[in-house]
Amino acid sequence: MSESILKVENLNAWFGPVQALKNIDLEFSPQSVTALIGPSGCGKSTFVRCLNRLHEEVPGASAQGKVILQGKNIYDVSVDPVLIRRKIGMVFQKPNPFPSLSVMENVVAGLKLAGIRRKSILMEVTERSLKQAALWDEVKDKLNQPGTSLSGGQQQRLCIARALAVEPPILLMDEPTSALDPISTAKIEELVVQLKKNITVIIVTHNMQQAARISDKTAFFLLGELVEFGQTSNVFTVPREKRTEQYITGKFG
Amino acid sequence: MKRSLDKGLGEVKAQLIQMAGYLEEGVKYSTLAWKNRSREMIDKVNQIEAKVNQAHMDVDAACFKLLATQQPLASDLRFLLSVVKINTDLERMADQAVNIANNTEFYLKHPPYPDLADLIKMSEIVRELVKSAIDSFINSDASLAKKVLDDDDQVDQLKDRVFKNALESIKMKTTDVEQGLNVILIARNLERIGDHATNIAEDVIFSISGKDIRHSHTRDKGGPNEK
Amino acid sequence: MTTLRKQIGDFTRLRYKRRKTLSLWMTFLLSLAAIVACSALFAVFGYVIIQGAPHLTLSFFTGLPKPVGEVGGGMLNAFVGSVLMVFLASVVGIPWGIATGLYLSEYGRGRFSFCVRFCADMLSSVPSIVIGLFVYVLMVKPMHRFSGIAGSAALALIMVPIVARNTEELLKLVPQHIREAGLALGIPRWKVTLWIVLRGSLGGITTGVMLGIARIAGETAPLLFTALNNRFFSMAPDQPMASLPVQIYTYAIAPFEEWNRQAWSGAFVLILFVFVLNIVTRTVLRPGRGSVRD
Repeated sequence: MSESILKVENLNAWFGPVQALKNIDLEFSPQSVTALIGPSGCGKSTFVRCLNRLHEEVPGASAQGKVILQGKNIYDVSVDPVLIRRKIGMVFQKPNPFPSLSVMENVVAGLKLAGIRRKSILMEVTERSLKQAALWDEVKDKLNQPGTSLSGGQQQRLCIARALAVEPPILLMDEPTSALDPISTAKIEELVVQLKKNITVIIVTHNMQQAARISDKTAFFLLGELVEFGQTSNVFTVPREKRTEQYITGKFG
Repeated sequence: MKRSLDKGLGEVKAQLIQMAGYLEEGVKYSTLAWKNRSREMIDKVNQIEAKVNQAHMDVDAACFKLLATQQPLASDLRFLLSVVKINTDLERMADQAVNIANNTEFYLKHPPYPDLADLIKMSEIVRELVKSAIDSFINSDASLAKKVLDDDDQVDQLKDRVFKNALESIKMKTTDVEQGLNVILIARNLERIGDHATNIAEDVIFSISGKDIRHSHTRDKGGPNEK
Repeated sequence: MTTLRKQIGDFTRLRYKRRKTLSLWMTFLLSLAAIVACSALFAVFGYVIIQGAPHLTLSFFTGLPKPVGEVGGGMLNAFVGSVLMVFLASVVGIPWGIATGLYLSEYGRGRFSFCVRFCADMLSSVPSIVIGLFVYVLMVKPMHRFSGIAGSAALALIMVPIVARNTEELLKLVPQHIREAGLALGIPRWKVTLWIVLRGSLGGITTGVMLGIARIAGETAPLLFTALNNRFFSMAPDQPMASLPVQIYTYAIAPFEEWNRQAWSGAFVLILFVFVLNIVTRTVLRPGRGSVRD
C-alpha cells in the first residue's frame, strides 16, 4: 500500500455527553475510493464531518484525536479549520446549491469568497469544474440561471463541481445519491470512479451495492466503532467480522 | 430477523437436496446394473437422468431469479454461487451415471468379467463420497466435506488398479478385449463421479468459510472454520 | 375480521348521505365566516372611498392647511412630515432590526438570546401609545420640545422588533445544510452568513421590511406625544412635525365640516398607500421566493 494521504488516529467524537465515535483508527490511500457503511446512527456521517472539522460547528459537538493530513494534525490548536476545508471538500446528502446564486456563481462561490475576482479565472474554473462533474454539456447555456432551477441530479453534480472548484485533494461525500433517482445515481457513481484518477474520495453510503460498485476499500461502522476495514471485494464476499456479515446480508435485528 | 431472501434460499436448497436424492439413486442403479446384470436398472438410470435434467434447469432459474432480485452478499452470495456450481456437478454426475448405464449395455452382451471385486469396492466408495458430499451440503458440515476431499484419493488408487488388472486380463486373455474396455470405461466414469463429489465438497467449504481451496495443495493444513 | 369489515362497511354506507349533507353545511358555514371577515375590510374600504375620494384634488396634495372656516387647502405638510419621519425611522430601524435578526438566528444561543427574543416579542406587543410616552420622557422632556426626530425614534422602536423577528424567522428557514455547504467550502462563517444565508433570503426580508414600513406609516399614537403636529410646512427635524395620521386624527375630531372632509381624504390616501405597499410586497416580493425550501 502506498503512503496514506489522510490518517486518523484514536479519533473520538461527542454530541454533548453522548459519544458518537470511539477510538477510530483509519488510513486513506491517495487516489482511492473508500466507502463507509453502517446502519443509521452508527457514526459514519459524524466521522466524515470530523475529517473537515465540520462536526464541531454543531452546537455542543466536540471531537478529540488526530487526523493527519499531509503530515499535519488538523486538530492542532494552531490550525485554522477554514484552511482545512479548502483542502477537504464535501458533498452533502441533499443537493444544496446556494439559493439565489446562479449556476456559475455557485461553482465559483468558494473562490470568490476567498478573494479571487478575475473574471477569466472564474470562467475557466467554472468550465473545468463543471466538466469534471460531468455537468458542463447540460448547463453550459444556463450558467446564469439560478442553481436551484436545475434537476435534483444536476443540482448534486453542481454541488460536486462547487466542491471541486477549489481543487481539494480529498472529497468527502455524505450519502450523495440517497435523494436521487437511479439514472442520476449512476452518473454520480461513474463520476466518483473518474475522480479517483486525481483525488481521494471518502463516501458514506447506505447503499451496499453502491459501496461494492465504486469503492476500493470499505469501512463498516457500528455504534460509533469501526468494526471492519478492508478491501471492498473481501468485505462484501468474505467479511472477517460476524457483525459485518450480519449487516451486509440484512440479518440485523 | 426473517428476510424474504431466506425463503428463497430455503427453497433453492430444498430443490437442490431433492435433485441430489435423485442423483444418489441414479448412481446406485447404475452400479446395480452391471453388478447384478440387470437391464431394468439401466432403464431406471435413464428415467432418473430426465428428472435430474429438469431439476438442473429449475434450480438454475431459481438462483438466477434470486441473484437478480435480491442482490445477495457475503454468505448469501457464497451460498448461491455454490448452489449454482453444485447444481452443475450433480447434472454432470447424472450424465456419468447414464454413461455407466450405456457401458453396461455393452458389458451385458459379453461373458462376465472374471474379477469385479475392485470395481465393486470402488463403486461403494464413490457412492459413499457422493452421499457425504451431499450431506455436507445439507448440514453445512465443513469437516465432512473435507473428509470427502481426503477420501477421493482411494478412488483414484482403485481406478488405477482396475485399469491395470483389466489390461492384464486382456493380455492374459482371461477376458475379451471389449469386456476389458467396458470395465475400464465404467471405472473411469465412476472416478469422474467421485471428482464431481469432491467439487461439491470444495463448493461447500467455500460457501461456509469463503476459502477457495480448489487447485491448492493445502487441503491438509488446518481445518476450515466451522459454523 | 370479515364480520368487522362488513359492519364497518354497513356503517359507512348508512351514514354516507348524512355525512355528505353535514359536510356541505360545514363548508357553507366556514365560507360564510370568511366572507364576513373580508366584507369588514371591503366595508371600511368602500366607506373611506365614498367619503374621501370625491374631495381629493390636486391641491390636497400640494396645498397647506388654510385657516379655520376657509374652504380648500391641503395636507402637504403632513405628507412631507410622514415621509420624512418614516424615512428617518427606516434608516435606523431596518439595519438595526436586520442585525438583531441575524444575531438571533445565526449566533443567538443560550440565555442571552432567549432574553433578546423575549424582549423583542414584548416590545412588539407594547401598545404603541406607551412607546410614544416612553420617547416623550426620553427625548421630548429633555429637549423641551416636540420634534420630528422624537417621532422618528418612536416609529423606529416599533419597527425594530418587527423587522428583527421577521428576519430571524426567515433566516431560520434557510436549511442548516446550506450553511454547512458554505463552511465546507472553506468560507469563514461571517461570510457564509452575509453572502449566502442573508442573500438567499433577501426577498423575504424585504417583504418584512416593507410590511414594517406600512405598519409605522399608519401609526398615530406614538406621534401624539413626540412629533405632535405642525400646521405649517416644516422639514426641520428638531421642530414639531406634521404627519398624516395625526393630521387625520386632528381633523376628524374637529367640529368643522371642511376639516372632517379633509380627514376622510387623508384617510383614503393613507389607506391607499398601505394597501399598495402590501400588494406590492405580497406579489412582487412573495416571501419564500429566492429562499430555499428544505
